[in-house]
Amino acid sequence: MAAMTMARAETRTKERGESPVQTFISRHGGMMPSFAAVLILILLFIGGEIFLRGDFITPRNISALLLDNAVLLVLAVGMTFVILTGGIDLSVGSVMAFTGILGAKMLGDGVPVGIAIPAILLGGAAIGLLIGILVQYFGVQPFIASLAGLFLGRGLAYIVSLSSIKVENDAVLWLQSTRIRLGDWYITPTGIIALTTVAVAAFVLHLTRFGRTIYAIGGNEQSARLMGLKVGRAKIAAYVISGFCAGLAGLLLTAYSGAGYPRNGIGTELDAIAAVVIGGTLLTGGRGYVLGSMVGVFVYGTIKTIINFMGAEQSWMQIIVGSLLLLFIVVQRAIVARSEGRR
Amino acid sequence: MTAIYKHRLFWPIVALLTLIVVNAVARPQFIKITMRDGELYGPLISILRESAPLMLVALGMTIVIATRGIDLSVGATMAVSGAVALTIIDGSDDPGNVGTVLIACVVAVLVSLVLGAWNGFLVSVVGIQPIIATLVLMLAGRGVALLITGGFITTVNSEPFAFIASGYLFALPFAFLIGLVAIIVLSLVERRTALGVLTEAVGINPEASRLAGVRSRSIIWGAYMVSGMLAGIAGLIYASNIKAADANAAGVFIELYAILAVVLGGTSLNGGKFSIAGTVVGVLIIQTLESTILFLGVSSAQSPVFFAVVVVIVVIVQSSRLRDGLAALSTRLRSRSEADEKVEVA
Repeated sequence: MAAMTMARAETRTKERGESPVQTFISRHGGMMPSFAAVLILILLFIGGEIFLRGDFITPRNISALLLDNAVLLVLAVGMTFVILTGGIDLSVGSVMAFTGILGAKMLGDGVPVGIAIPAILLGGAAIGLLIGILVQYFGVQPFIASLAGLFLGRGLAYIVSLSSIKVENDAVLWLQSTRIRLGDWYITPTGIIALTTVAVAAFVLHLTRFGRTIYAIGGNEQSARLMGLKVGRAKIAAYVISGFCAGLAGLLLTAYSGAGYPRNGIGTELDAIAAVVIGGTLLTGGRGYVLGSMVGVFVYGTIKTIINFMGAEQSWMQIIVGSLLLLFIVVQRAIVARSEGRR
Repeated sequence: MTAIYKHRLFWPIVALLTLIVVNAVARPQFIKITMRDGELYGPLISILRESAPLMLVALGMTIVIATRGIDLSVGATMAVSGAVALTIIDGSDDPGNVGTVLIACVVAVLVSLVLGAWNGFLVSVVGIQPIIATLVLMLAGRGVALLITGGFITTVNSEPFAFIASGYLFALPFAFLIGLVAIIVLSLVERRTALGVLTEAVGINPEASRLAGVRSRSIIWGAYMVSGMLAGIAGLIYASNIKAADANAAGVFIELYAILAVVLGGTSLNGGKFSIAGTVVGVLIIQTLESTILFLGVSSAQSPVFFAVVVVIVVIVQSSRLRDGLAALSTRLRSRSEADEKVEVA
């Protein structure tokens, strides 16, 4: 009897032509783009290893990957929150420039670190709050609201200073210069901060009421509201988080480059968006993972490293990232089209 | 009177006139226009001349936004167009030849048209969100421009090419005339044929208009091609102005200013109804504001703060929440005064 049922079940599976792989794909369709990003990252590593004859996957290179991309990683985490709600935040690059130079200026003027760093973070969060309020209460499109944030951040950065300011504060430079070593591997406090941000964000998005509200808004804002979720509050919070992350990125960038510079981060928002999309987050919102965004950042960073190793022109970087972005969007588009067709 | 007040160009024009009046009061030479060797000069004329690239880009953006799209790649397209034109002129034996410059310009505009067609293909055929579809080219386009120029800033010394940005024709700057021709052609095509209405239909509801027999795919595709082509011409003007192709600096942020101009002109980013005249006014507001800010002695690098304030004010004024709030307030005031009257009667 049991055998018969099993046989019947088997024939049914055969009739529908679904292998376990296909079942898995259809159940976890939302994860597929992120898996694709992991696959691309592995392929990039293998490709780099072959091309450089075993000189690519070294502890030094991998450690440097985190060090060099800590800033982008933090930005991508904030951007993931906003994109999950179905919005977009164009302001992060200039907010980062503003908070970075503000921090450098304050430290240069002798403001203690204990005041300067919270001021940087709050400055970023305040611009995020402004964008969030425009989006939520005045019904402004996220694109335009964050465009105002972009202009504001860039202009404020130049108001703080028109030229670069060197940072000589030990505490801030410590973030970058300290190397916690384990054999050939190392990690800097900036790297630890970036990874902690990812961990906290993943926890918040998956295990708290607020995080689930963010996903619900991206899935269908109207339904989320009718379910009684606090949509307005969560949406504004997403922009505040993105602004806060931009502020944190400003601090990391100041530590990384040892100076604040008002021209920093022009176009970085596009890199962050590209990394988030490559990491498998859908721009329509509701689907995606912070960990995917982390993979996206590493894909971006690895391409950059490989191009540097090859000694190719930087212009290829832009072209390759653009093409990768296109590839991922088309894949996402196909996935969305499939799930819509099923519905 | 209320008709004028309610007209959707009323506020943009008031804003522009206010800016001009404030400038004229602060520095009377602002409105002075002098004639020298049969060519007009003056701050107002330079505003017209300098606004040409933004005008072209914003006109293209208007059409794209009317189809409920957006084109972020215009700045990169400008860079590519300038790079193509200058590389051809630089590589030729006779950079001063009018024929060479003409060929270079035509090739550059054709390349931009192809870039626009690529965007249109991604949006209308593949069905990718416009922001992202054009983001691809925005990222990759500058890389392409850098490849064309070989990573250098190509400079040329070509009389006919310099004419595009700094030449005069019929006493007016040639660059302004290019913008004027674009405005006239676009207005005629969009408003004297059914194309404008069809574009609005596509923007309001692509699915419904397709079912009604509108070829929405071709219309959307065409919009991006127009935008690409106009951005290409803008790139030529920009390159001609600095007599160089700077792949990194050409058209940076111009997509944002163009979108701002369109929004200032009263065209909704949600697609549908669009106003070419509004965009023209929007562009002039931005350019006058830029000139005002410079006059105030603010570094041009700091001017984005002013634009941020302008954007915030404009979007808040346009938002329905504020209008509803004001309407509710005036109703309450009116009912209260009516109540007062009643008390008096009693």
